Amino acid sequence: MPIEKFTRLVSSAVPLPAENVDTDQILPARFLKAVTREGFGEYLFRDLRFDSAGNPLPDFPLNRPEYAGRILVAGRNFGSGSSREHAAWALVDYGFRAVISSFFADIFRNNALNNGLLPVQVSEQYLNVIFLAIDRDPKVRITIDLEKQKVMLGEDIYWFEINPFRKQCLLNGWDDVDYLLGLQNEIRKYEENSNT
Amino acid sequence: MKEPKTLFDKIWDSHVVRRIEQGPDVLYIDLHLVHEVTSPQAFAGLAERGLKVFRPCKTVATADHNVPTVNQEQPMTDPLSRKQVDQLTRNTREHGIRFFGPGHPFQGVVHVMGPELGLTQPGMTVVCGDSHTSTHGAFGTVAFGIGTTEVETVLATQCLLQNRPEKMRINLEGKPGIGVTAKDIALYLLSVLSASGATQHFIEYAGETVLTLTMEERMTLCNMSIEMGARGGLIAPDEVTFEYLKGREFSPSEEDWNDRLTGWKKLFTDPGAKFNREYRFDISALDPMITYGTNPGMGIKLTGRIPTPDTVPGNHLNGFKHALQYMGFEPGQPVLGRKIDYVFVGSCTNGRISDLRAFASLVKGRKKAPGVTAWIVPGSQQVEKQARKEGIDRILKEAGFELRQPGCSACLAMNDDKVPPGKYCLSTSNRNFRGRQGPGSRTLLASPLTAAASAVTGVITDPRELM
Repeated sequence: MPIEKFTRLVSSAVPLPAENVDTDQILPARFLKAVTREGFGEYLFRDLRFDSAGNPLPDFPLNRPEYAGRILVAGRNFGSGSSREHAAWALVDYGFRAVISSFFADIFRNNALNNGLLPVQVSEQYLNVIFLAIDRDPKVRITIDLEKQKVMLGEDIYWFEINPFRKQCLLNGWDDVDYLLGLQNEIRKYEENSNT
Repeated sequence: MKEPKTLFDKIWDSHVVRRIEQGPDVLYIDLHLVHEVTSPQAFAGLAERGLKVFRPCKTVATADHNVPTVNQEQPMTDPLSRKQVDQLTRNTREHGIRFFGPGHPFQGVVHVMGPELGLTQPGMTVVCGDSHTSTHGAFGTVAFGIGTTEVETVLATQCLLQNRPEKMRINLEGKPGIGVTAKDIALYLLSVLSASGATQHFIEYAGETVLTLTMEERMTLCNMSIEMGARGGLIAPDEVTFEYLKGREFSPSEEDWNDRLTGWKKLFTDPGAKFNREYRFDISALDPMITYGTNPGMGIKLTGRIPTPDTVPGNHLNGFKHALQYMGFEPGQPVLGRKIDYVFVGSCTNGRISDLRAFASLVKGRKKAPGVTAWIVPGSQQVEKQARKEGIDRILKEAGFELRQPGCSACLAMNDDKVPPGKYCLSTSNRNFRGRQGPGSRTLLASPLTAAASAVTGVITDPRELM
């Protein structure tokens, strides 16, 4: 199934400076009881966003009226913990297309890429530059250009790294299953040779 | 002369179907474990593509994450959980996949079930839609957790596109003291290397200490690798491994055994092989460990004090303060003697028979403290059966505890085993994240021995005092 293509995104951003935001915080386990991929946005950051009675917590960035946009800017080690892809689904369903952080947990990074959600890794220093810029002007526009691998904040440009194969997949909306289905003969040959 | 290779590279290289230039490797998967929570969307994706499972014999399924730990014989009362288990029942039947569902004698927490049945064997690549798949590395496998899209990919093609991780070796030396378990070693490594210290790495645990660990202890150690951010952790197979595997349900038959053994004995890191990072720890002076914060890297000696802000690096200060606030702790406080409300023994980290034996050995002849709610949850039907056979259920009963039925239970609180807001739970599981054991729950991670000592006193207690 093709994933949604990612080429260029221009948007304001929502800041979430906390570090080690694990996938249990992104999507608590009690909301994993679903058999489809849709509708998780409602539960995104559920226990940080709402109190136990379901009232929005006014200080949480997603509830603050000045912040909006399709980019989440998060503190170091975003997405650690559980392998639940539901965390990536929740971010996408809520409307995010990219997460900028100084460090991503491995499984989360893969899950994000598999759902057309671009994880953009920047230096700790540049992450702070972005946080400060949003702090000064919550409506500040951030441009993410995947083809050129750059983040633009006004005149300021940051070049980010991404695996060239993953980049092509995202730019073209290719998914792994389609790619691997094309290799079935090779996979069969591998099985014969390794006696599996 | 051949370039010396790490154990990890030996296994990885023998599973590469194709190398993509500047891209990931196409990696063949030998064993795919599946459970009810992260698989429904993968099977649905397969159906949408009009595909069947490519190699059904290489996938094994069980139900563990959302199952109740009482009255498992009866239909599940939670309709959403029941739907997930029903869906897995249908999906496995349709695709001809082995399924150890509720009530099956092999049902259990997926990472307890695989090894105890001999499904996990040295040299394999093992994946599961669960981060604690790292557990299987104890057998000298490349085992790692994957997301649901990747579950679908493996079902469809028996392969994954994976970037080769970096390699880290952790050498452990010295004999752990009395009351110090594999869990304490894992919590100690986490406290030093942090909850992200091994990200993008695959860890090999080596050194004289590792050689002396039982398979169940090795599983506990490898299980927690993911908590350091590692893709996985593995240990070279040896006589301990081979002995463990002999005669298990899915272990090689007697006639194949010697052939397989010859192959397994080649699974070690060659002298001189290079690692990207290497550490050495002497654990002979280690004390039992406990966590005080909201990630597993926030651990201290059980006899120690909660850190003070001046010892926390500046960039972590905010997280530290929030964690203490969430936990209701003050900097500099000791943890010993603090009241606890709940005790959870179980999970893929510490839900095996040796963990139940350890817990039972300390509560035997004592009584559960009033005011403590305890959930003692075996990791599998087999573990439960063995515990009953050994009379552990009776020891627990006499001490005021109850042996429940197998499942993931309060480790992630998807079933009814939830810790209420603000309550403290001393837990033998693997994560102390905010709300992990129920919204507002406060988790302290420790070993089954520490859990036992604290369960009978009602306060955090050093197990060595009761030994």
